[in-house]
Amino acid sequence: MPALCRDCFHTLQTARRCTACGSPRVTAHPELFDLGIAHMDCDAFYASVEKRDNPDLRDKPVIIGGGRRGVVSTACYIARIKGVRSAMPMFQALKLCPEAVVVKGRMEVYAQVSRQIRAMMEDLTPAIEPLSLDEAFLDLTGTAKLHGAPPAVMLARLVKRMATELGITGSIGLSHNKFLAKLASDLDKPQGFSVIGAAETADFLADKPVRMIWGIGAAGQASLEKAGIRTFADLRRWDRRALQDRFGSMGDRLYHLSRGEDTRRIARDRPVKSISNETTFSDDIADPDLIDGHLWRLAEKVADRAKAKGIAGRVVTLKLKRADFKLLTRRTSLPDGTQMADRLYRTARALYDQTNHPKPYRLIGVGLSELIPAEAADTAGDLLDPGAARRGQAERATDAIRARFGEDAILKGRALR
Amino acid sequence: MKFSIERAALLRAVYQAQSVVERRNTIPILANVLIEAEGDSVSFRATDLDIEVVDKAPAQVERAGATTVSAVTLHEIVRKLPDGALVSLSEDGAAGRLVVQAGRSNFQLATLPKEDFPVMTATEYAANFSASAEMLRRLFDKSKFAISTEETRYYLNGVYFHTADGPDGPVLRAVATDGHRLAQIDAPLPAGADGMPGVIVPRKTVGELRKLLDDDEAKIAVSVSETKVRFATPEITLTSKVIDGTFPDYNRVIPTGNTKKMEVDAADFAKAVDRVATVSSERSRAVKLALDEDRLVLSVNAPDSGAAEEEIAVAYGDDRLEIGFNAKYLLEIASQVDRENAVFMFSSPGEPTLMREGNDTTAIYVVMPMRV
Repeated sequence: MPALCRDCFHTLQTARRCTACGSPRVTAHPELFDLGIAHMDCDAFYASVEKRDNPDLRDKPVIIGGGRRGVVSTACYIARIKGVRSAMPMFQALKLCPEAVVVKGRMEVYAQVSRQIRAMMEDLTPAIEPLSLDEAFLDLTGTAKLHGAPPAVMLARLVKRMATELGITGSIGLSHNKFLAKLASDLDKPQGFSVIGAAETADFLADKPVRMIWGIGAAGQASLEKAGIRTFADLRRWDRRALQDRFGSMGDRLYHLSRGEDTRRIARDRPVKSISNETTFSDDIADPDLIDGHLWRLAEKVADRAKAKGIAGRVVTLKLKRADFKLLTRRTSLPDGTQMADRLYRTARALYDQTNHPKPYRLIGVGLSELIPAEAADTAGDLLDPGAARRGQAERATDAIRARFGEDAILKGRALR
Repeated sequence: MKFSIERAALLRAVYQAQSVVERRNTIPILANVLIEAEGDSVSFRATDLDIEVVDKAPAQVERAGATTVSAVTLHEIVRKLPDGALVSLSEDGAAGRLVVQAGRSNFQLATLPKEDFPVMTATEYAANFSASAEMLRRLFDKSKFAISTEETRYYLNGVYFHTADGPDGPVLRAVATDGHRLAQIDAPLPAGADGMPGVIVPRKTVGELRKLLDDDEAKIAVSVSETKVRFATPEITLTSKVIDGTFPDYNRVIPTGNTKKMEVDAADFAKAVDRVATVSSERSRAVKLALDEDRLVLSVNAPDSGAAEEEIAVAYGDDRLEIGFNAKYLLEIASQVDRENAVFMFSSPGEPTLMREGNDTTAIYVVMPMRV
């Protein structure tokens, strides 16, 4: 059976220790050198970056996340031993692991490391589809000749390079389509390398729960369970028509996925469709002044991102989550589109003023969509708001000052609310 | 209830009714028209809770009474009946149906009880006056294109109908704006209109009102209160709530110091704008106006699709000027001009531009330039 040493990249025929370097980190699989679709997932990415940059944290449980009411965005493997999981409310995580060090995330740093990883992946293939900062699909089909080595070897090199050059470890899932590659990368974390071959696909899936399908949440799971479907084997007993009738457009996807079939291609960066930011409050708030401050800060964040990308948007969305978790969204469009914080804020504020729903709120968000190039936006002045042009100029000047002297060099009083 | 009525009179009445009722309705009774027969006339009443229209038509009433049926269905039936037919409507109380009969056609329509029909509460009007249909038509027709559709600025979703001091004395004025362009139309103040509260007449009401104004000679009885406005002909009464909001102080928006004057044939100008704008497929198409000594060059540059340029003769004697506008806005204001040349008064590429027809100051338009 073909096998690969993940330390020295020696290829061999046995599944034991590497004959060249003696390492036990050997992956063996009958189809190892024939598969080309991979999913790379960094191991506890944010926490790993924090531990790398602050060696004092190395042996401590580390949780990345914000505030008392926030949720865990990443927990390191030490914290995970105690049961801490991503998306768990912070208070619960701290109950499970009181000694954990909670670190507020440094998104800029993570984004920078992510770009470095991306550059390394670009050396392997142009067909990369990032899912987030720390995971991506790679299509290495047909690259063996170019690299002089099959995809499996190149992927092993990639994670090794990430570890030595960036101090970040990752896990690889290798298979014949995206769905299975993503399942595989999760099988043997951290620092894993898992393979799901074509021959074993059906057996592998049979007893797995259908909630493993990306996009099946609690609600989807409940409706599947109502139909008596819990595992892939259950799903496979249904014929295609019956699934379509019962689950609509999702039915067809379920039919194919249950057979391990997934024809989605690995798409290079899909164009951004919208930009949005939201905040969950540590305590539900009803105070209009506080909400106003949040609206401004969110508008500014969204505007900053739009400006960084050179885009603007025609539709402004306001998102409010009430204390009872009921979600309200309100949207309106601007004929000429905007990327300016001032216009975003004023539009979101007008939307907010028109909602007469019971307060308080636990979450507030501002978004921009129907994106257009920045040059086409903010072209029209407002007759009824003669100050708009001056405020626009002030915002451009503020941006210039920040670019030179840093983010906190100048702030609006409103931002301090 | 039982009566006979001419198809033409019935058609007019139900046409007005079906246009007021909301197509997508969650309250079934609001899809219906209330038909009340008494004496020698029948009234047809429809509402969407903001607007109420009542149309009275002469009929031979055999048995007085009232019921409600679907306005849209009744309109469809009457529309399809032959011209000149005499239509009989009678209530079949036991079956809860309205029987509509014309010639050999017979229809039975489901009814809802008349008691459920919401009738708009009566209001004391602060001002009552009479205005010609022609005058009202001009006030609203020339301003309505500038009504905003932005829901966040709901107070701009209508025409501000009020009295004001015009250059030659008090006027009845209609103003609409969406923040990009503004229209201000004046008419001589009718007797009895002074002291009328300023009201924002909603877009839909403006549309419904238009149907009352086709006959130049007709006199319209106008009544205005803080919360409602009413327009009535002898047959039709249109009552509407007004938008509960404050219309912005538009006076400070209208430029008074613009000195760069351009005079152009409005039709030629509109056609040229329309032609050059063809190359751009963007929603907000920007047209650049370059002015120099009796010469106007219109140009559009759309990087993705192409470029266009056209020169037209104008009267212009000021400094060179380059200024950009949304093509749609230019077309809309140019199409308001119907008798004389369009006169544009510019200031700078960032300041609002004013447009009027010849020296007529009873209709002025303001448009905000855009960056090109």
